[in-house]
Amino acid sequence: MNAPYRARLNREPSAFRKAAVPIGSVLIGSMTPLLPIVASAPVLPPFGLIVLICWQLLRPGIWPVWAGVPFGMFDDILSGQPVGSAVLLWSIILIALDLIEQRYIWRNYWQDWFIAAIALIFALTGGLAINNFLASDTRFSVLYPQMILAIFLYPLVLRLVARLDHIRLKR
Amino acid sequence: MAPPRNRRPGFSRKAQLQIFTGYLLAFTGAFAGLLLLALSHFDPAAFSAVRSLATEVSAPPARLLTGMRVGVQQGWREVSAYFYAGSKNAELQREAERNRIRLIEARALKQENRELRRLLGLIKQEGRPVATARLINSSASSSRRFATLDVGSRQGVQRGQPVRAQRGLIGRVLETGPNTSRVLLLSDAENVVPVRRARDGTVAFSQGRGDGRVDIKLIDIGINPFKVGDVMVTSGNGGIYPPNVPVAIIEKLTGDGAIGKLLANPAATDFVIVQEMYEPELADPAASGLPPANTQAAAPLAAPRRAEPATDAAPETAQTPATTPADPASQPRAEGQQRP
Repeated sequence: MNAPYRARLNREPSAFRKAAVPIGSVLIGSMTPLLPIVASAPVLPPFGLIVLICWQLLRPGIWPVWAGVPFGMFDDILSGQPVGSAVLLWSIILIALDLIEQRYIWRNYWQDWFIAAIALIFALTGGLAINNFLASDTRFSVLYPQMILAIFLYPLVLRLVARLDHIRLKR
Repeated sequence: MAPPRNRRPGFSRKAQLQIFTGYLLAFTGAFAGLLLLALSHFDPAAFSAVRSLATEVSAPPARLLTGMRVGVQQGWREVSAYFYAGSKNAELQREAERNRIRLIEARALKQENRELRRLLGLIKQEGRPVATARLINSSASSSRRFATLDVGSRQGVQRGQPVRAQRGLIGRVLETGPNTSRVLLLSDAENVVPVRRARDGTVAFSQGRGDGRVDIKLIDIGINPFKVGDVMVTSGNGGIYPPNVPVAIIEKLTGDGAIGKLLANPAATDFVIVQEMYEPELADPAASGLPPANTQAAAPLAAPRRAEPATDAAPETAQTPATTPADPASQPRAEGQQRP
């Protein structure tokens, strides 16, 4: 079978792939609560949010600032949090990341990790605070394992996202 | 490089407006999130249709994966059972011998219990099973504790029905879809279950801590009577949960109660049973001719109520207080024996 003719010069990455890979990866990250894990404590880190933060830090400006709304909505429906909590928290995180991007342009790897850690801690704490406000008390200490896992998963997810970025921009 | 003074990307009006609209949309979105939160606070069932749609769509692959997970768990258990097979076999045979004798005793006790209950007019309402199912996934990344069950309203599951495993209580059904339903697990902070100590009936209630354990809180605050290793079972008060289902074993004592470990770990259970909602039957003392089986303090209160329907026994009731006025508890017992 003959390969279809493609230009050898000046190739452009597929527009569909360029748009779909980041969106798809965040949505798949948000779908992790569908895995057959019946946990009696919150253990699974918020993969959707980690992937979202990684894309934003790796390729600033890839998301419009309002991207937290649709992604948060999708995450809320699947995660079991009250609907609206991720919409609110993810929007705030994306606005904050955008401001950081404008203010602190030259950052190194460790600073990025620090920013991601703060964002993740904010998201988890905020989710717990919303639950405690709407329902009843759960202790803050419940979140420690999830926080530690999320913070230490960030470098791994960042590698994965970088690999996905290669696929995305492949010509 | 210092950040630019102004954020204008250039002289393009369109690019400037795009940035402005982006921020406007982002802040509006965050505010919309707040509104959605308010909506889900005042109407918790508002998004149940969307949620159940999502779980319905994701249920078939989740079911398959759960089957694989359970298969792996069981396979591992079987492999590990080969070690120490001989000594374990002998030990189990000895235990089976001992249990056989106990089983016969228990059967006799059960028969006796049934007789006594019939005598009391108490109908023991066992929660009839509605469906047997598997927990296919859970809200593992949220601080609320929900799980998804792979049966729904088509299989007869309704809101509020208790869910139990063989080893103990799991939770109750919160939302139902056609083929899936959402279960509020015992370890959720919103799940409060009236319990009592299996040994002596000390009343308490259990509330989830969100980390797989429950707080056992005493109703009667005083000296903490709990000991590590006490087993708490449901008391059946207030309905929903049938009585005498094991809930938790006490692990640690606290100031106003204890912390209990759940007996039925949802992660380790294979199948769970959805039962009918328990409705406590009010035993009418007049119908049985006996006071409710509780302490002596209730007996004088029950005495005048019994007197109305028992017209044929009227001369006796008039007579007995005169003979034994000091012992109100013996009076109904004597009458109950005469009646049949």
